[in-house]
Amino acid sequence: MSAPNKSYDPVEVEALKPEEIERMRDEALAAFAAADSLDALQEAKVAHTGGTSPLALANREIGALPPHAKADAGKRVGQARGAVNKALGARQAELEAERDARVLVEEAVDVTLPYDRVPAGARHPLTTMMERVADVFVSMGYEVAEGPEVEAEWFNFDALNFGPDHPARQMQDTFFVQGPKGADSDGESGVVLRTHTSPVQARTMLDREPPVYVVCPGRVFRTDELDATHTPVFHQIELLAVDEGLTMADLKGTLDHMVQSLFGADMKTRLRPNYFPFTEPSAEMDMLCYVCKGESVGNPDRPCRTCSSEGWIELGGCGMVNPRVLTACGVDPEKYSGFAFGFGIERMLMFRHNVEDMRDMVEGDVRFTRPFGMEI
Amino acid sequence: MRVPLSWLREYVDLPATETGRDVQAKLISAGLEVETVEHLGADLKGPLVVGQVLTIEELDGFKKPIRFCTVDVGQANGTGEPQEIVCGARNFAVGDKVVVVLPGAVLPGGFAISARKTYGRNSHGMICSSDELGMGDDGTKGIIVLPPEHEVGTDAVELLELVDEVLDIAVTPDRGYCLSLRGVAREAAIAYGLPLRDPALLDVPAPNAFGYPVKVSEPAGCDRFTARTVTGLAPEARSPIWLRRRLQKAGMRPISLAVDVTNYVMLELGQPLHAYDRSRIQGAIGVRRAEPGEKLTTLDGVVRTLDPEDLLITDDRGAIGLAGVMGGANTEIADHGHAAGASTEVVIEAAHFDPISVARTARRHRLASEASKRFERGVDPLAASAAAQRTVDLLVLLAGGTAEAGVTEVIAPPAPHTITIPANHPDKVAGVDYGRETVVRRLQEIGCDVYGQDELIVTVPSWRPDLTDPNDLAEEVIRLEGYENLPSTLPKPPAGLGLTDRQRLHRRIGRALAGAGYVEALNYPFIGEDVFDQLGLAADDPKRRVVKLVNPLSDEEPALRTTLLPGLLAALRRNDGRGSHDLALFETGLVFQPQDELRVAGRLPVDRRPTDEEIASLTAALPVQPLHAAVVLAGAREQAGWWGKGRPADWADAIEAARTLAREAGAELLVRQGQYGPWHPGRCAELAVVIDGAEQVIGYAGELHPGVLKALHLPARSSAMELDLDALERASAGVPKGPHISSFPVATQDVALVVDQSVPAAGVEAALREGAGELLESIRLFDVFTGEQIGEGKKSLAYALRFRADDRTLTVDEASAARDTAVALAAERTGAVLRGA
Repeated sequence: MSAPNKSYDPVEVEALKPEEIERMRDEALAAFAAADSLDALQEAKVAHTGGTSPLALANREIGALPPHAKADAGKRVGQARGAVNKALGARQAELEAERDARVLVEEAVDVTLPYDRVPAGARHPLTTMMERVADVFVSMGYEVAEGPEVEAEWFNFDALNFGPDHPARQMQDTFFVQGPKGADSDGESGVVLRTHTSPVQARTMLDREPPVYVVCPGRVFRTDELDATHTPVFHQIELLAVDEGLTMADLKGTLDHMVQSLFGADMKTRLRPNYFPFTEPSAEMDMLCYVCKGESVGNPDRPCRTCSSEGWIELGGCGMVNPRVLTACGVDPEKYSGFAFGFGIERMLMFRHNVEDMRDMVEGDVRFTRPFGMEI
Repeated sequence: MRVPLSWLREYVDLPATETGRDVQAKLISAGLEVETVEHLGADLKGPLVVGQVLTIEELDGFKKPIRFCTVDVGQANGTGEPQEIVCGARNFAVGDKVVVVLPGAVLPGGFAISARKTYGRNSHGMICSSDELGMGDDGTKGIIVLPPEHEVGTDAVELLELVDEVLDIAVTPDRGYCLSLRGVAREAAIAYGLPLRDPALLDVPAPNAFGYPVKVSEPAGCDRFTARTVTGLAPEARSPIWLRRRLQKAGMRPISLAVDVTNYVMLELGQPLHAYDRSRIQGAIGVRRAEPGEKLTTLDGVVRTLDPEDLLITDDRGAIGLAGVMGGANTEIADHGHAAGASTEVVIEAAHFDPISVARTARRHRLASEASKRFERGVDPLAASAAAQRTVDLLVLLAGGTAEAGVTEVIAPPAPHTITIPANHPDKVAGVDYGRETVVRRLQEIGCDVYGQDELIVTVPSWRPDLTDPNDLAEEVIRLEGYENLPSTLPKPPAGLGLTDRQRLHRRIGRALAGAGYVEALNYPFIGEDVFDQLGLAADDPKRRVVKLVNPLSDEEPALRTTLLPGLLAALRRNDGRGSHDLALFETGLVFQPQDELRVAGRLPVDRRPTDEEIASLTAALPVQPLHAAVVLAGAREQAGWWGKGRPADWADAIEAARTLAREAGAELLVRQGQYGPWHPGRCAELAVVIDGAEQVIGYAGELHPGVLKALHLPARSSAMELDLDALERASAGVPKGPHISSFPVATQDVALVVDQSVPAAGVEAALREGAGELLESIRLFDVFTGEQIGEGKKSLAYALRFRADDRTLTVDEASAARDTAVALAAERTGAVLRGA
């Protein structure tokens, strides 16, 4: 609030007249409004707020006024300069916003451009399939056990109740390893490429005290020629549980749990009697066809390619560990019982992922492997 | 084992409505692997009748002889007139009874018959061969000529038993008894809860002293030998249609009456039999082991040199048969077509041989016969007499023979096998409460004698030598109660430890390499040794020592890999050849290194746990099998595109793959200039780690040698890396320690050092790092420059050094002083000169 104008000084300064200051202010505002670019605004800014601008010059004149008039004039000039600066700021912000918006439009790109600078890699689906199955059991408390691929015959056959003349020993088409040749040897080595992952069972029982709960994924070998459904080098996963009081019902439940984990909650398995030297009783295990759920059986209108309208898919072999195997592996069969099962990973990959030719799995063609990514 | 349903019904009164599929389902559930059900004559449609050939006119002028016949088919053609038929076969004559198919009929395979003009004549039907009727091979290769007693016009579909179902059963090694109709019928009877008419229950005369003389000198190999003699066989007698048809349906070829009868009885009872022409045996029949160098010509015409372990049937001259495997040619039964005249007197052998001895002989001579297949899996020793009797009966019935009164039986039968089990043993194995009554009933059904209450004393039947252990009996009970009725329960394993560090590492490595753009390939481990020359390995390179296979799939690749490169490079070449040129592949897998001294892995006992020493002896006989990781690269590592230029894969990518693995393993990798076989001598890095204080070279990486690329037909500039993953894992520093993070500002200093071209950058960096002292936070090589300004044979290495202290803001002087000591040490160690200085 200014002091009352008690002693009016007649000396008048033209530039400080109220109407003059209003004019200067309005000119400045008009110039800012007219500025259509940040550069034009900069010019207007210099012209209307710079040191030589009319308002700045008018401001300097205030000192020439008699004391009682100074306050009044100062107030008028100050108000005008305030309005000018505010308008300048507003216009500045407006023009900057316009510029920023324009830049964003100008910087637009075609986001549909492809980007395959370094094509994605992938792990082999047999590897990830084995991991996936193993993980089902690891989550139940099982551990993963491994063993050598070149194996002693004793582990591969004898310890598993395949006697030297057992007919079943002939069923397996075994790669034999050359042994030392010399005066006291006929070149037999007692060493083979393991024909199944079951020797890992024997190794595990010899290594650990029961209870034993392990899964054994791995590569195995048989002398089959490579074709669409056979390969001499393939993969299996084996499960072994040895504990007090284990039953075939436990085996069945474990199998059911596995197929439910891998194929869905409404899945189940079926056991059919069979013969394996290392299990007794033994069974062949089938799983319900996860595609048709058995509805294609006797239903020619709904044929199922996955199970050939059989309703069931053959998975592999299983059974209660033969007490003779327990004995050979240092486990007391009077106290402990066990169950085991094993199946081929290639086959599971074929029916779970519609792979039609086993050769695709062994040739290493990147076009086959890439779509499987990191996990399956 | 092929089982005609019509034949099976002879022993079990299966409900008439049961189809082959129904029986299949029942038998599968009882544990017989019925693989297929073949429906014979399913699409067959008559009229198919017996006809008699009236006239034959030979037609000339065609490429092959053709006959125009008239055949009497009775009223089957509706007129009674002779049927005019053109026929290309010649094995029949006027008056023969044949099988005629008339127009309107459909033969197996959907072959519709109609009247048609052929070879200039009208043909109203066809005279049939067994092939055309889907009967299988009858050995004649011509049309069927029936015995004369069959009436003209008789329906031949029924006469020839053309409609039937045949179950094909894959018999597992423990179920030898199911290689017979008797065994399968027993299973079917149990499955349907029906009585079995056991074909082995025959009246057999007691043995006496005037049968054909037999001397068993090897009772361990032959615990039973029955010999019977039939004389007066009609030379012209042939197997009747029903017998021939049953053999055909079971997959055997009819040969001659005596042979057909022995085969028939074998199929029926499971007992292999042999018929000798008595006129061709000299003296007593003997059973003994072969003598060294002894020879025998078997029925298949092969001269076999015998092994002293082979069990033989002999007469005074020597060997006349391989016991339980195959007879000799010298006592073969002759049929009516034989030059010397048909056999009229036969001696029938029904014996029981040691399964192992038979199996070894069959394997040794690669001679798997119907007989050896059965003996290996176990034949019922108590069925031998019945089988001999059945054979005698059939020969008397069908060939008009006379059974001689002499009955020879040499018997040293083993005691019946008895197993004692707790009555609840099957319950405990299954996890089901069957109860004693059920257990006893099921065991009795399969032929066991069972005594006792809580402890059952079970005597197993003679046809089940596979039942030796308590669990075998448990399986019988459980399978008959139905595997499908087992409940589903989950055991409760103790808490597990999850994956091991090693297993986690292997997964992490796969993910890291795949994340870096590598695609995993799983290659066969088989290699040929010439690949070592192609890889340029030195003559004394340890990788040339390989594990060899006795029976490789291919003689080109008889060994196991000692390096992953051959397989991985083959995959690279395969991909390149298929049009994928920008490639980055990886593999992790075992390689196989023979022990310094080859040993034999012995056969340890199985009746107890082997000792640790015994197990160690096996381990010592196995090759060392370390896990390796390898990558190969070719073409572009980065593609060209709208973003700019691409970048070819090179030596640096291969080395970086090794660094990736080391990072995942938490191991410090030493990379130095190296030279090794397959790699370009100037672009090869030797990869090393420190394990327990000692440095160890674990692999190589870089660009491959141009000569190797040429020899293996690989793309130019392909690169590769291979290292021992097990060794890398052993070099792991273990759990990473959380670093202390200073919040004081960083001071950066750049230096450019000029060194000789030959000075490795790693050495310069190591000197800078050491010289800079503990204030150094990080060092990074950001440029390598060569050119005139630097001078010939020199290079400039530009490093960014970052300094930071834990407790204060560094002054410029402190940072500069640290830089100077770094440069000074680099100068001292590597001759580096500060650029511009």
